Formats: sequence, C-alpha cells, structure tokens
Amino acid sequence: MKTDELIAALATNVEPVDARRFSRVLAWLMAGGVAVTAGLMLQKMGLNPDLPAYLGRGMFWVKLGFGLAVAALAVRAVVSMARPGQPVGPVARAWLVPIVALWLLGVVALLLAPATDRAALVFGATWRVCSFNIALLSLPMLLAGLVALRTMAPTQPARAGAAAGLLAGGAAAAVYALHCPELAAPFLAVWYVAGVLISAAAGALLGRAILRW
Amino acid sequence: MSFPEPMDRPRLNRVNDGREAQLRELLVAGQRGDAAAYAGFLRETVSLLRPFFRRRLAHYLDDVEDLLQETLLAMHNKRATYDPDQPVMPWMYAIARYKLVDLLRARAGREALHDPLDEDLEELASEAGAAAQEARRDLAVLLAELPDRQRLPIQYVKIEGLSVAEAAQRTGLSVSAVKIGVHRGLKLLAAKLRESR
Repeated sequence: MKTDELIAALATNVEPVDARRFSRVLAWLMAGGVAVTAGLMLQKMGLNPDLPAYLGRGMFWVKLGFGLAVAALAVRAVVSMARPGQPVGPVARAWLVPIVALWLLGVVALLLAPATDRAALVFGATWRVCSFNIALLSLPMLLAGLVALRTMAPTQPARAGAAAGLLAGGAAAAVYALHCPELAAPFLAVWYVAGVLISAAAGALLGRAILRW
Repeated sequence: MSFPEPMDRPRLNRVNDGREAQLRELLVAGQRGDAAAYAGFLRETVSLLRPFFRRRLAHYLDDVEDLLQETLLAMHNKRATYDPDQPVMPWMYAIARYKLVDLLRARAGREALHDPLDEDLEELASEAGAAAQEARRDLAVLLAELPDRQRLPIQYVKIEGLSVAEAAQRTGLSVSAVKIGVHRGLKLLAAKLRESR
C-alpha cells in the first residue's frame, strides 16, 4: 500500500475523538483503585483502633497529608507523561517536595531526640511490614493507572509507569495511614518513603513491559 | 532514550511557526471528524516527516516509507492524545522519534547478530528476501491477515468509503461492531507492523 493510499484510508469516515477524555478515564479508574485498596486495608489490616485519638495529633495529619500530597502531585507527572511531546516541567517533579520535606522533618526530629531514643524513632514497632504493606496496597491503583496510560501514548514507558507508581504509592500511604500506629517523623521518612518508591519502581518495570505502543 | 537533536529546535522555531498554526487547525478539526482537514493534516505531516526520517535513516533509506506509514498509523490510532491546548509539532515529532528509536533499536539488535564473514551470503539472502520483506511490510497484505470482524469493517469503511451503516448492512454486524472493528483492526495492524520489522 502506498503512503498516499494509507492517508486516504485513514482520512475516510474518520471518527471524532475526545481529546479530553483521558482525565476522566484516569479519575474513574483511580476511584475504582482507591475503593479496592481501601477495601483491602479494612479487610486485611483494619482501621487503627486509636484512630479517634489520633485525629487530634499533628503528626497523624502530617502522615496522611504526605501520602495525599505525593499522590496529588504525581497526577501532574502522569498526565504530562501520557501525551507525546508534553514538556515534563518542574510541576511534574513537584512530588519530590513532600518527600524532601518529610526527610527534613525526620532529620530534625532525630537531631532533637536523645541518642538513646533514636533507634526507636526510626524503627518504631512496625518497620518490618510498613513499606511492604504500602507497596501491596498500591497495586490496585498502580494497575488502574497503567490501564489508563495504555489508552494514551507515553513515549517514555518506564518513566510514565514510575509516575503511575508514585501516584498509587502516595494514595496507598494515605490509606495505610488509617491503619498504621506510627507517628514518629523519622519512621515515616524512611519506611513510608520506601513504600512509595517501591511502588514507583514496580511502575517503572511494569511500564516498560506493557506501555509500549 | 531521548534523542538529542541540536539541529531541530531552531529550524522548528524559525520556519515552522506558520505551519504550526495551520497544522493545529487541521488536526483539531480532524479530531472532531472533519475528514478533509484530517487528510490535509496527514499530508502535511508526511511532507515534514519524510525528510526528517530520510536524514536520520541515511543507511536504511529503504525503511523510510515503512517507518512513515507506521508513524502515520500510530498517530491516527493515538490522535486523541493530542491536547488542543498544546503545540502540535512537538506532539508529532515526539511520536516520530519514538517510532524512529524503536526501529533503530530493532535494527541494532539484528545487526549485532550479523557475522561479518558471511557478508556475501548475507547479500544474496537479502536480495532474495527483499521482495518478500517489502510484501510482508505491505499494509494491504497485513490487512488481509486480520480476522473478518476487523478486516471487513476496515475494507468497507476506510478503503471503499462506505458509510458505517452500509458496512453494517453488508457484513451483518451491528453499527457499533463495525466501529469497534475499525478501531481494533487499526490497532492490530499497527501492532503487526511493529512485529514484522
């Protein structure tokens, strides 16, 4: 088939497309992913029984806000990775801000604490499961994000997948915060961030495998 | 994986400002279903991308037309990913580069397998294989391999230009099945084209 013939065929009876559909697709798929993740957390882990008391503690809101901020800022990265030729500007890297802020907070808390308390501040009671649980909880939302990206045309599949992983990891951290009893900033700076980054790495690997077109 | 092209940016800015506006108008109308505008967009795209690929495939000039067709098909299948609020040229060239890099990577992988001692043999084989390869990459041939549910809708609606309703009548499929057949069939064609190189 000659190129001219291909052009003629492609331009015959051309169906209208909705260029703004992606944000709706992403929103609905993510809503579904959040619902599955929340169900998984409630079913397998359960709400923190002390949650009502936690609502009055500043660090609880830092913990919840961290995950929500990473997720909200990663949306920008996902959206700009989804379309070919979109500049990935500073806004798309803004997800780093809550991570760096949490690290700073963790370092300050460690410096202010007596040396004997420092290990407890980092390891808490649940360091063994924290990152793993966040990564696990991120999976439904990661799959939702990747399915949404499949409908688009990411020219950097691994990075696009990583962005979907950050979005899922941030949201998973926020959901997990409703179960997790830890409140120390150093703990969050290490294990929450690690959970989010595991999800991003999984997204990069999956993205490279399934986002090619 | 980005392709550093120091030559492209200034050229893009200087010469193509007027073209940018024109291309954008054509593609936005094409996204709404304006066939004439869309054909214009595709023709303009070809006139920009053919030299773009020729410059970068100096050693594989035989591949230029194949890559061009593959890029056109990809652009068509992904035409909803163009955001009308953004400039159209970066969108177009990003897709073209993505397909170019993909092709070069496939070529590089294949060449790494070549044994230099077998060059004569290689040449003979490639001459014999040339016709077959061209035919294999021919979209009309690939189309013939699709299942009827996709092949017939594409044949009637895209190539013969029947309306979707007429094609539905002729195939016995529902109107939406015809539309889905065209959509999925073109995606499948793009995938086959990728695999076949």
